Amino acid sequence: MAKVAMSVNGAQVSAEVEPRTHLADFLREDLRLTATHLGCEHGVCGACTVEIDGAPARSCIAFAAACEGSAVRTLEGFADDPVMARLRAAFAAEHALQCGYCTPGMLIAARDIVLRLPDADDSRVRVELSGNLCRCTGYVGIVRAIRRVLDARAGE
Amino acid sequence: MKAAAFDYAAPKDVAEAVRLLADAHGTAKAIAGGQSLGPMLNLRLAQPALLVDIRRLDELRAVEETADAVVYGACVTHAEIEDGKRPDPTGGFLRRVAAGIAYRAIRNRGTLGGSLCHADPAADWMTAMILAGATMTVRGPAGARDVAARDWMLGTFAPAAGEDEILVRVRVPKRGPRAKFGYRKLCRKTGEFAQAIAGWLDDPERGETRLVLGAVDGPPIVLEGEAARAPLDPSRVGDAYKARVLPVLARRAAA
Repeated sequence: MAKVAMSVNGAQVSAEVEPRTHLADFLREDLRLTATHLGCEHGVCGACTVEIDGAPARSCIAFAAACEGSAVRTLEGFADDPVMARLRAAFAAEHALQCGYCTPGMLIAARDIVLRLPDADDSRVRVELSGNLCRCTGYVGIVRAIRRVLDARAGE
Repeated sequence: MKAAAFDYAAPKDVAEAVRLLADAHGTAKAIAGGQSLGPMLNLRLAQPALLVDIRRLDELRAVEETADAVVYGACVTHAEIEDGKRPDPTGGFLRRVAAGIAYRAIRNRGTLGGSLCHADPAADWMTAMILAGATMTVRGPAGARDVAARDWMLGTFAPAAGEDEILVRVRVPKRGPRAKFGYRKLCRKTGEFAQAIAGWLDDPERGETRLVLGAVDGPPIVLEGEAARAPLDPSRVGDAYKARVLPVLARRAAA
Protein backbone atom coordinates (compact mmCIF):
# COMPACT_ATOMS: atom_id res chain seq x y z
CA MET A 1 0.00 0.00 0.00
CA ALA A 2 1.11 3.59 -0.58
CA LYS A 3 0.15 6.70 1.35
CA VAL A 4 -0.97 9.62 -0.73
CA ALA A 5 -2.23 13.13 0.07
CA MET A 6 -3.82 15.33 -2.56
CA SER A 7 -6.57 17.88 -2.85
CA VAL A 8 -9.77 16.81 -4.58
CA ASN A 9 -12.30 19.50 -5.47
CA GLY A 10 -10.63 21.82 -3.02
CA ALA A 11 -10.65 19.45 -0.05
CA GLN A 12 -7.54 17.78 1.36
CA VAL A 13 -7.66 14.01 1.05
CA SER A 14 -5.26 11.46 2.60
CA ALA A 15 -5.54 7.80 1.83
CA GLU A 16 -3.74 4.50 1.60
CA VAL A 17 -4.01 3.05 -1.86
CA GLU A 18 -2.71 0.08 -3.75
CA PRO A 19 -0.17 1.52 -6.19
CA ARG A 20 -2.02 0.00 -9.14
CA THR A 21 -5.24 1.84 -8.29
CA HIS A 22 -5.72 4.47 -10.95
CA LEU A 23 -7.03 7.92 -10.09
CA ALA A 24 -10.43 7.28 -11.70
CA ASP A 25 -11.06 4.24 -9.51
CA PHE A 26 -9.79 6.13 -6.46
CA LEU A 27 -12.19 9.00 -7.14
CA ARG A 28 -15.13 6.73 -7.86
CA GLU A 29 -14.65 3.92 -5.35
CA ASP A 30 -12.84 5.59 -2.44
CA LEU A 31 -14.30 9.08 -2.65
CA ARG A 32 -17.66 8.19 -4.23
CA LEU A 33 -17.21 10.90 -6.88
CA THR A 34 -18.93 9.04 -9.66
CA ALA A 35 -19.24 11.77 -12.29
CA THR A 36 -15.90 10.54 -13.63
CA HIS A 37 -16.62 7.60 -15.93
CA LEU A 38 -14.56 4.72 -17.25
CA GLY A 39 -14.63 3.72 -20.90
CA CYS A 40 -11.55 2.31 -22.54
CA GLU A 41 -9.16 2.50 -19.57
CA HIS A 42 -6.27 3.16 -21.91
CA GLY A 43 -6.41 6.88 -22.50
CA VAL A 44 -8.26 7.06 -25.81
CA CYS A 45 -11.99 7.60 -25.17
CA GLY A 46 -11.84 10.58 -22.83
CA ALA A 47 -14.71 9.51 -20.54
CA CYS A 48 -12.36 9.65 -17.55
CA THR A 49 -11.07 13.18 -18.21
CA VAL A 50 -10.63 15.28 -15.05
CA GLU A 51 -8.44 18.26 -14.28
CA ILE A 52 -5.11 17.60 -12.57
CA ASP A 53 -3.25 20.73 -11.48
CA GLY A 54 -5.48 22.88 -13.66
CA ALA A 55 -5.10 20.90 -16.91
CA PRO A 56 -7.34 18.22 -18.43
CA ALA A 57 -5.85 14.77 -17.96
CA ARG A 58 -6.88 11.13 -18.18
CA SER A 59 -7.64 9.77 -14.74
CA CYS A 60 -7.59 6.15 -15.97
CA ILE A 61 -3.85 6.24 -16.67
CA ALA A 62 -2.86 8.39 -13.71
CA PHE A 63 -2.11 6.26 -10.67
CA ALA A 64 -3.51 7.72 -7.46
CA ALA A 65 -0.25 7.02 -5.63
CA ALA A 66 1.55 9.20 -8.20
CA CYS A 67 -0.73 12.18 -7.49
CA GLU A 68 0.91 13.20 -4.21
CA GLY A 69 0.45 16.94 -3.73
CA SER A 70 -1.67 17.35 -6.85
CA ALA A 71 -4.91 19.33 -7.10
CA VAL A 72 -7.56 17.18 -8.74
CA ARG A 73 -10.86 18.58 -9.93
CA THR A 74 -13.71 16.37 -11.10
CA LEU A 75 -16.96 17.54 -12.68
CA GLU A 76 -18.47 17.71 -9.20
CA GLY A 77 -15.83 20.31 -8.35
CA PHE A 78 -17.08 22.62 -11.11
CA ALA A 79 -20.56 22.93 -9.62
CA ASP A 80 -20.07 26.62 -8.89
CA ASP A 81 -17.90 27.44 -11.89
CA PRO A 82 -19.54 30.09 -14.12
CA VAL A 83 -18.02 28.84 -17.39
CA MET A 84 -19.10 25.29 -16.62
CA ALA A 85 -22.60 26.55 -15.81
CA ARG A 86 -22.81 28.15 -19.24
CA LEU A 87 -21.56 24.97 -20.87
CA ARG A 88 -24.08 22.80 -19.04
CA ALA A 89 -26.90 25.11 -20.16
CA ALA A 90 -25.58 25.11 -23.72
CA PHE A 91 -25.27 21.29 -23.73
CA ALA A 92 -28.91 21.04 -22.68
CA ALA A 93 -30.09 23.60 -25.23
CA GLU A 94 -28.14 22.05 -28.12
CA HIS A 95 -28.97 18.40 -27.33
CA ALA A 96 -25.27 17.69 -26.74
CA LEU A 97 -25.96 14.62 -24.67
CA GLN A 98 -28.24 11.58 -24.82
CA CYS A 99 -27.02 8.86 -22.50
CA GLY A 100 -24.65 11.26 -20.75
CA TYR A 101 -21.78 8.80 -20.43
CA CYS A 102 -19.22 10.91 -22.30
CA THR A 103 -20.59 14.16 -20.88
CA PRO A 104 -18.41 14.73 -17.81
CA GLY A 105 -15.25 14.25 -19.86
CA MET A 106 -16.72 16.35 -22.68
CA LEU A 107 -17.49 19.20 -20.30
CA ILE A 108 -14.01 19.25 -18.85
CA ALA A 109 -12.49 19.21 -22.35
CA ALA A 110 -15.01 21.83 -23.50
CA ARG A 111 -14.20 24.20 -20.66
CA ASP A 112 -10.51 23.92 -21.49
CA ILE A 113 -11.25 24.78 -25.14
CA VAL A 114 -13.38 27.78 -24.18
CA LEU A 115 -10.74 29.18 -21.86
CA ARG A 116 -7.59 28.28 -23.77
CA LEU A 117 -8.77 28.79 -27.38
CA PRO A 118 -11.28 31.65 -27.42
CA ASP A 119 -10.90 32.08 -31.20
CA ALA A 120 -11.52 28.43 -32.08
CA ASP A 121 -13.76 27.85 -35.10
CA ASP A 122 -15.86 24.71 -35.63
CA SER A 123 -12.97 22.89 -37.27
CA ARG A 124 -10.63 23.65 -34.39
CA VAL A 125 -13.22 22.69 -31.81
CA ARG A 126 -13.64 19.33 -33.55
CA VAL A 127 -9.91 18.71 -33.62
CA GLU A 128 -9.59 19.60 -29.92
CA LEU A 129 -12.51 17.30 -29.06
CA SER A 130 -11.05 14.33 -30.89
CA GLY A 131 -9.91 12.88 -27.57
CA ASN A 132 -13.49 12.58 -26.32
CA LEU A 133 -15.61 9.93 -27.99
CA CYS A 134 -19.41 10.01 -28.08
CA ARG A 135 -21.45 7.07 -29.35
CA CYS A 136 -24.85 8.78 -29.20
CA THR A 137 -24.92 12.28 -30.57
CA GLY A 138 -22.66 12.41 -33.61
CA TYR A 139 -20.92 15.40 -31.98
CA VAL A 140 -22.96 18.05 -33.82
CA GLY A 141 -24.78 19.27 -30.73
CA ILE A 142 -21.61 19.19 -28.67
CA VAL A 143 -19.76 21.40 -31.15
CA ARG A 144 -22.74 23.76 -31.35
CA ALA A 145 -22.89 24.00 -27.57
CA ILE A 146 -19.22 24.86 -27.30
CA ARG A 147 -19.54 27.42 -30.10
CA ARG A 148 -22.50 28.94 -28.32
CA VAL A 149 -20.37 29.60 -25.25
CA LEU A 150 -17.37 30.74 -27.30
CA ASP A 151 -19.50 33.18 -29.29
CA ALA A 152 -21.26 34.49 -26.21
CA ARG A 153 -17.97 35.14 -24.46
CA ALA A 154 -16.47 36.73 -27.59
CA GLY A 155 -19.35 39.15 -27.69
CA GLU A 156 -18.80 40.33 -24.13
CA MET B 1 -8.92 -3.49 -17.36
CA LYS B 2 -6.87 -2.98 -14.23
CA ALA B 3 -3.11 -3.18 -13.98
CA ALA B 4 -1.38 -6.11 -12.31
CA ALA B 5 -0.02 -5.26 -8.88
CA PHE B 6 3.25 -3.38 -8.60
CA ASP B 7 5.22 -1.53 -5.94
CA TYR B 8 5.69 2.20 -6.27
CA ALA B 9 8.64 4.42 -5.40
CA ALA B 10 9.04 8.18 -5.76
CA PRO B 11 12.79 8.89 -5.68
CA LYS B 12 13.94 12.38 -4.75
CA ASP B 13 16.53 12.67 -7.52
CA VAL B 14 17.86 10.96 -10.63
CA ALA B 15 20.68 9.24 -8.70
CA GLU B 16 18.15 7.55 -6.42
CA ALA B 17 15.99 6.62 -9.42
CA VAL B 18 18.97 4.95 -11.09
CA ARG B 19 19.77 3.03 -7.90
CA LEU B 20 16.20 1.80 -7.65
CA LEU B 21 16.21 0.63 -11.26
CA ALA B 22 19.61 -1.04 -10.90
CA ASP B 23 18.63 -2.83 -7.68
CA ALA B 24 15.53 -4.21 -9.39
CA HIS B 25 17.60 -6.04 -12.02
CA GLY B 26 15.22 -5.43 -14.90
CA THR B 27 11.96 -5.84 -12.97
CA ALA B 28 11.34 -2.12 -12.55
CA LYS B 29 10.17 0.53 -15.01
CA ALA B 30 10.59 4.29 -14.78
CA ILE B 31 7.31 6.18 -15.21
CA ALA B 32 7.06 9.85 -16.16
CA GLY B 33 3.74 11.15 -17.59
CA GLY B 34 2.37 7.62 -17.80
CA GLN B 35 0.58 8.27 -21.11
CA SER B 36 2.34 5.39 -22.86
CA LEU B 37 3.16 3.16 -19.89
CA GLY B 38 -0.25 3.69 -18.23
CA PRO B 39 -2.19 2.04 -21.08
CA MET B 40 0.37 -0.79 -21.25
CA LEU B 41 -0.06 -1.38 -17.51
CA ASN B 42 -3.85 -1.28 -17.68
CA LEU B 43 -3.83 -3.68 -20.63
CA ARG B 44 -1.31 -5.84 -18.75
CA LEU B 45 1.11 -5.65 -21.68
CA ALA B 46 3.63 -4.46 -19.08
CA GLN B 47 3.83 -6.06 -15.63
CA PRO B 48 6.82 -4.59 -13.80
CA ALA B 49 7.29 -5.42 -10.13
CA LEU B 50 8.16 -1.78 -9.35
CA LEU B 51 7.35 1.62 -10.85
CA VAL B 52 9.95 4.34 -10.27
CA ASP B 53 8.19 7.69 -10.58
CA ILE B 54 10.42 10.37 -12.14
CA ARG B 55 7.70 12.76 -13.33
CA ARG B 56 8.29 15.53 -10.82
CA LEU B 57 12.09 15.50 -10.56
CA ASP B 58 13.13 19.13 -11.05
CA GLU B 59 16.34 18.22 -12.80
CA LEU B 60 14.32 16.44 -15.52
CA ARG B 61 11.92 19.34 -16.05
CA ALA B 62 14.52 22.06 -16.58
CA VAL B 63 15.27 23.50 -20.03
CA GLU B 64 18.62 25.12 -20.76
CA GLU B 65 19.34 27.34 -23.72
CA THR B 66 22.93 27.68 -24.89
CA ALA B 67 24.44 29.58 -27.81
CA ASP B 68 23.94 26.73 -30.24
CA ALA B 69 21.27 24.45 -28.77
CA VAL B 70 18.27 23.99 -26.51
CA VAL B 71 18.59 21.18 -24.00
CA TYR B 72 15.23 19.83 -22.82
CA GLY B 73 14.89 17.94 -19.59
CA ALA B 74 13.38 14.57 -20.39
CA CYS B 75 10.19 15.25 -18.43
CA VAL B 76 9.15 18.37 -20.35
CA THR B 77 5.56 17.75 -21.48
CA HIS B 78 4.28 17.89 -25.05
CA ALA B 79 1.87 20.66 -23.97
CA GLU B 80 4.71 22.82 -22.65
CA ILE B 81 6.40 22.61 -26.05
CA GLU B 82 3.09 23.07 -27.92
CA ASP B 83 2.28 26.21 -25.96
CA GLY B 84 5.66 27.78 -26.68
CA LYS B 85 6.49 27.84 -22.98
CA ARG B 86 9.93 26.46 -23.82
CA PRO B 87 12.48 27.86 -26.26
CA ASP B 88 12.30 26.24 -29.71
CA PRO B 89 15.58 26.02 -31.61
CA THR B 90 13.84 24.86 -34.80
CA GLY B 91 11.83 27.97 -35.68
CA GLY B 92 8.50 26.48 -34.63
CA PHE B 93 8.92 22.94 -35.99
CA LEU B 94 9.00 21.27 -32.57
CA ARG B 95 5.91 23.24 -31.54
CA ARG B 96 4.00 22.01 -34.59
CA VAL B 97 5.03 18.41 -33.93
CA ALA B 98 4.00 18.69 -30.28
CA ALA B 99 0.60 20.15 -31.17
CA GLY B 100 -0.17 17.11 -33.31
CA ILE B 101 0.47 14.49 -30.66
CA ALA B 102 -2.65 12.56 -29.59
CA TYR B 103 -5.04 14.80 -27.59
CA ARG B 104 -4.58 17.74 -25.25
CA ALA B 105 -5.29 15.63 -22.15
CA ILE B 106 -2.45 13.32 -23.19
CA ARG B 107 -0.17 16.24 -24.03
CA ASN B 108 -0.69 17.77 -20.60
CA ARG B 109 1.00 14.76 -18.96
CA GLY B 110 3.00 12.97 -21.65
CA THR B 111 6.69 13.77 -21.75
CA LEU B 112 9.30 14.07 -24.50
CA GLY B 113 11.58 11.58 -22.74
CA GLY B 114 8.81 9.16 -21.94
CA SER B 115 7.73 9.03 -25.56
CA LEU B 116 11.32 8.47 -26.72
CA CYS B 117 11.87 5.70 -24.15
CA HIS B 118 8.63 3.99 -25.14
CA ALA B 119 10.00 3.88 -28.71
CA ASP B 120 6.73 3.26 -30.52
CA PRO B 121 7.53 3.63 -34.23
CA ALA B 122 4.25 5.48 -34.80
CA ALA B 123 4.93 8.17 -32.19
CA ASP B 124 6.11 11.59 -33.33
CA TRP B 125 9.18 12.51 -31.32
CA MET B 126 11.44 9.73 -32.59
CA THR B 127 11.02 10.83 -36.22
CA ALA B 128 11.11 14.52 -35.30
CA MET B 129 14.22 14.29 -33.14
CA ILE B 130 16.15 12.36 -35.78
CA LEU B 131 15.12 15.03 -38.25
CA ALA B 132 16.27 17.80 -35.91
CA GLY B 133 19.63 16.09 -35.34
CA ALA B 134 19.08 15.72 -31.59
CA THR B 135 21.28 13.98 -29.04
CA MET B 136 19.95 12.10 -26.02
CA THR B 137 21.79 11.84 -22.71
CA VAL B 138 21.12 8.88 -20.43
CA ARG B 139 22.38 8.33 -16.92
CA GLY B 140 22.93 4.92 -15.38
CA PRO B 141 25.04 3.27 -12.68
CA ALA B 142 28.14 3.64 -14.87
CA GLY B 143 27.55 7.37 -15.40
CA ALA B 144 26.19 9.46 -18.25
CA ARG B 145 26.47 8.79 -21.97
CA ASP B 146 25.20 10.43 -25.14
CA VAL B 147 23.29 8.71 -27.93
CA ALA B 148 22.57 10.36 -31.27
CA ALA B 149 18.86 10.39 -32.11
CA ARG B 150 19.39 8.24 -35.18
CA ASP B 151 20.92 5.56 -32.94
CA TRP B 152 18.28 5.85 -30.21
CA MET B 153 15.71 3.35 -31.41
CA LEU B 154 17.14 -0.15 -31.55
CA GLY B 155 13.81 -1.60 -32.56
CA THR B 156 10.09 -1.36 -31.88
CA PHE B 157 9.64 -0.55 -28.16
CA ALA B 158 13.42 -0.94 -27.74
CA PRO B 159 15.20 2.31 -26.88
CA ALA B 160 18.96 2.57 -26.45
CA ALA B 161 18.52 3.21 -22.72
CA GLY B 162 19.29 0.16 -20.61
CA GLU B 163 16.98 -1.20 -17.92
CA ASP B 164 18.93 0.69 -15.26
CA GLU B 165 19.33 3.92 -17.22
CA ILE B 166 17.23 7.05 -17.27
CA LEU B 167 16.98 9.41 -20.22
CA VAL B 168 17.73 12.79 -18.65
CA ARG B 169 18.15 15.32 -21.51
CA VAL B 170 17.48 15.83 -25.19
CA ARG B 171 19.74 18.35 -26.91
CA VAL B 172 18.40 19.97 -30.08
CA PRO B 173 20.76 22.13 -32.14
CA LYS B 174 19.68 25.62 -33.13
CA ARG B 175 18.96 26.23 -36.80
CA GLY B 176 19.15 29.49 -38.70
CA PRO B 177 16.23 31.14 -40.51
CA ARG B 178 17.06 29.45 -43.81
CA ALA B 179 16.43 25.98 -42.38
CA LYS B 180 13.10 24.61 -43.57
CA PHE B 181 11.29 21.80 -41.81
CA GLY B 182 8.31 19.90 -43.21
CA TYR B 183 6.30 17.21 -41.41
CA ARG B 184 3.32 15.21 -42.59
CA LYS B 185 1.63 12.32 -40.89
CA LEU B 186 -1.25 10.16 -41.98
CA CYS B 187 -3.93 9.33 -39.43
CA ARG B 188 -7.41 8.22 -40.35
CA LYS B 189 -8.68 9.75 -37.13
CA THR B 190 -7.31 12.90 -35.54
CA GLY B 191 -5.02 12.08 -32.67
CA GLU B 192 -4.51 8.38 -33.28
CA PHE B 193 -1.08 6.89 -33.82
CA ALA B 194 0.22 7.66 -37.31
CA GLN B 195 0.02 5.13 -40.12
CA ALA B 196 2.90 6.88 -41.89
CA ILE B 197 5.10 9.90 -41.12
CA ALA B 198 7.41 11.90 -43.36
CA GLY B 199 9.74 14.54 -41.95
CA TRP B 200 11.83 16.81 -44.17
CA LEU B 201 14.68 19.17 -43.39
CA ASP B 202 16.55 21.40 -45.79
CA ASP B 203 19.22 23.45 -44.00
CA PRO B 204 21.53 25.16 -46.52
CA GLU B 205 23.63 26.81 -43.78
CA ARG B 206 24.66 23.44 -42.37
CA GLY B 207 24.52 21.65 -45.71
CA GLU B 208 21.96 19.17 -44.37
CA THR B 209 19.09 17.73 -46.36
CA ARG B 210 17.25 14.93 -44.58
CA LEU B 211 14.14 12.83 -45.09
CA VAL B 212 12.97 10.72 -42.15
CA LEU B 213 10.16 8.22 -42.61
CA GLY B 214 8.40 7.04 -39.47
CA ALA B 215 5.58 4.74 -38.42
CA VAL B 216 7.36 1.97 -40.29
CA ASP B 217 8.15 -1.41 -38.78
CA GLY B 218 11.08 -0.61 -36.51
CA PRO B 219 13.23 2.52 -36.41
CA PRO B 220 12.53 5.35 -38.87
CA ILE B 221 14.14 5.22 -42.32
CA VAL B 222 16.68 8.04 -42.62
CA LEU B 223 17.79 9.38 -45.99
CA GLU B 224 20.43 12.12 -46.32
CA GLY B 225 21.54 14.43 -49.09
CA GLU B 226 20.98 13.09 -52.59
CA ALA B 227 19.17 10.03 -51.25
CA ALA B 228 16.67 12.33 -49.52
CA ARG B 229 15.84 14.02 -52.80
CA ALA B 230 15.69 10.86 -54.91
CA PRO B 231 12.37 9.09 -55.51
CA LEU B 232 11.70 6.76 -52.62
CA ASP B 233 12.39 3.07 -53.24
CA PRO B 234 9.17 1.33 -52.07
CA SER B 235 11.00 -1.92 -51.36
CA ARG B 236 12.59 -0.24 -48.33
CA VAL B 237 9.17 -0.20 -46.71
CA GLY B 238 7.82 -3.64 -45.84
CA ASP B 239 4.14 -2.76 -45.66
CA ALA B 240 2.44 -2.33 -49.06
CA TYR B 241 0.08 0.43 -47.87
CA LYS B 242 2.85 2.41 -46.21
CA ALA B 243 5.02 1.94 -49.31
CA ARG B 244 2.31 3.66 -51.34
CA VAL B 245 1.60 6.55 -49.01
CA LEU B 246 5.10 7.40 -47.78
CA PRO B 247 6.33 8.81 -51.12
CA VAL B 248 3.25 11.05 -51.23
CA LEU B 249 3.83 12.24 -47.67
CA ALA B 250 7.51 12.80 -48.41
CA ARG B 251 6.65 14.99 -51.41
CA ARG B 252 4.18 17.00 -49.34
CA ALA B 253 6.62 17.39 -46.46
CA ALA B 254 9.30 18.71 -48.81
CA ALA B 255 6.99 21.11 -50.62
